[in-house]
Amino acid sequence: MIKGTVTNKDSFLNHVAKSLGRPRTSTRIEKPVWKYSPQQEVFKGYSQDELVKVLKLQGERIHTDVIETLVKDLPRALENVVMGYGGDSVVTWADPRFEEFGLTMLLNEGLPSKQVDVHVWDTELGDKNTEIAERANVGITFSDTTLAESGTVVLFNGKGKGRAVSLLPATYIAIIPKSTIVPRMTQVAEKVHRDNQNGEQVASCVNFISGPSNSADIEMNLIVGVHGPIKATYIIVNDK
Amino acid sequence: MGMKIGTAAFKERVDQGLSDSFMRGAVSAAQGRLRDGRLNAAEELGNWEDWRSHGEEIRKHTLEHLDYYLEMLVDNVSKRGGHVFFAQTAEEANEYITNVVKKKGAKKIVKSKSMVTEEISMNEALEKIGCDVVESDLGEWILQVDDHDPPSHIVAPALHKNKEQIRDVFRDKLGYKNSEKPEELALFAREQLREEFLAAEVGITGCNFAIADSGTVTLVTNEGNARMATTLPKTQITVMGMERIVPSWEEMEVLVSLLTRAAVGQKLTSYITALTGPKGEGDVDGPEEFHLVVVDNGRSKILGTEFQEALHCIRCAACINVCPVYRHVGGHSYGSIYPGPIGAVLSPLLGGYDDYKELPYASTLCAACTEACPVKIPLHELLIKHRQKIVEKEGKAPVFESLSMKAFRMGTASPTMYNIGSKLAPKMMKPFVKEDKIANGPGPLKNWTSIRDFPAPSNERFRDWFKNREKEESKS
Ligand code: SF4
Repeated sequence: MIKGTVTNKDSFLNHVAKSLGRPRTSTRIEKPVWKYSPQQEVFKGYSQDELVKVLKLQGERIHTDVIETLVKDLPRALENVVMGYGGDSVVTWADPRFEEFGLTMLLNEGLPSKQVDVHVWDTELGDKNTEIAERANVGITFSDTTLAESGTVVLFNGKGKGRAVSLLPATYIAIIPKSTIVPRMTQVAEKVHRDNQNGEQVASCVNFISGPSNSADIEMNLIVGVHGPIKATYIIVNDK
Repeated sequence: MGMKIGTAAFKERVDQGLSDSFMRGAVSAAQGRLRDGRLNAAEELGNWEDWRSHGEEIRKHTLEHLDYYLEMLVDNVSKRGGHVFFAQTAEEANEYITNVVKKKGAKKIVKSKSMVTEEISMNEALEKIGCDVVESDLGEWILQVDDHDPPSHIVAPALHKNKEQIRDVFRDKLGYKNSEKPEELALFAREQLREEFLAAEVGITGCNFAIADSGTVTLVTNEGNARMATTLPKTQITVMGMERIVPSWEEMEVLVSLLTRAAVGQKLTSYITALTGPKGEGDVDGPEEFHLVVVDNGRSKILGTEFQEALHCIRCAACINVCPVYRHVGGHSYGSIYPGPIGAVLSPLLGGYDDYKELPYASTLCAACTEACPVKIPLHELLIKHRQKIVEKEGKAPVFESLSMKAFRMGTASPTMYNIGSKLAPKMMKPFVKEDKIANGPGPLKNWTSIRDFPAPSNERFRDWFKNREKEESKS
């Protein structure tokens, strides 16, 4: 990666330090040991099953259907949701989990046999992917981490995991392996922070998605589906 | 439009605000809804006070070491291939942004809602070089389509317009043919804005929190417009006030949790997007070029003073939603893009006492704002400090010392009447809105409207009016 340029840094930061009434900081500053840490208390000690319950409840509040299924029933469950959304066209990530969870047949044969176009994100095709996603009816991704409290799927985008798959299609389906569910955003933030400190770069785009897009800008009434998907379904699957 | 909205004197703005029953009703209903949302979300957490204290300690530490964390941030942004520009003034920021845009030969720019770009009048600077700048937040877009009607609320900028007015705006300006149903209006906006996103060469966003130790910017939205603006255009420019920064992901997480709860009572908004540099190698979508513009524009004047805590603000609008004065006079009365209690503290600091010395008096000092603030900024104490300084400087308080107090007392002198008036206004007023005038309302509203048969402020096209006015002046 070529380094970017930085302009006016010293004059600006010297001025900031001066305004603060001291010379510019040149040594490492450690974060203090915070006096409060309320985020650690949320759903502390909850089992995976209890977290699933929390997630399902939150799904209702954010206008998102939440379905629970076993790995062996996943293809049928996914097909049902896709067809329920009107079939037509699907775009998915290029993600080995589709195969691991036994979805290859459905994507390669099952859906096409029902006149559903399936496009798998293909880095070779460049911007063509975006065009296809823009016209697609359904976008499907796996969830990388899932937050029970807020009903959030966390997507670390990059390479085969295009940003547009969860954004441009009219509807969105997230497949949530049960093992990815954690209490809340705290756990993701801690992991990214740890990785970062170990020199591992965070993905260029991390999305925290909680249900369909919405707005309350017209007379404060909730309208679902403004720029992003109009409907969303989460399929929680018991891991293999 | 810059920080300043309108040139009317404070008193006139207040009178205008008072005269608009729909606005008052809408403001009051929205305030109530947002406030209840916050209270429910707080209650659900159980230990909301600990959350607030944690937010406070994070903000305090970060601001005290602002130079350190900004340096860390920009070093990390540049490591990830992003370009950084530090702008002391609005002009410097705009010059840099317009240069980037020119270099790209860009004509169409999509923006997702951002206070700081309003503050520096970035849109005007871009329009001057011939660019089409499209606001993509639904509320902002509605205002833009309506010839730049000024916003009235930080999180709900088009709060002062009802759905019939929005339908008419769409019909008159864009040939919209459907009904005033919010879903149909939104669908129309979706279609129109999709085209804009696909055509735009540059996407411009604000920044809720920048994360120093990873070089990340975090955007919080419900509509997904910030995602669109950072997924489709090839160039992304993010503009941030220099104080909008946290040390690491761990603190970002806490402040986002506070922000979404305090702003809209949601655990998280539909989309939180954390972006680090331009798209990575092998990524298909996302910007090829990323620019971060860090803006001072008067903020450093607040550092190291008794007002430093004002920079702790995370722009949630909770203080606005509990403010009885705001409820009464509406957002436009503050004459600043920053309304409500935080606006009354911040506007004089950023814009000077000459323009904003009345604002610290637009408060009853009831402390509801301080109590609501998720990062515990002592807002009412800062307002008192302003008053002390103003009296010191001017030798006396502004003439109408307690104009807003009077306005406020008028409302509370007859609470039932006020409540009926404000709660029912949107429904009841409809048949009585004749052309652009609010005519006499029925029953209890009559007393409120009969003496105030003013043009409804929302139809006052500030820019047009202002331009004409300036022309007239230069003639004379
Ligand atoms: S001052 Fe506090 S309550 Fe008001 S907008 Fe800022 S953070 Fe929110």
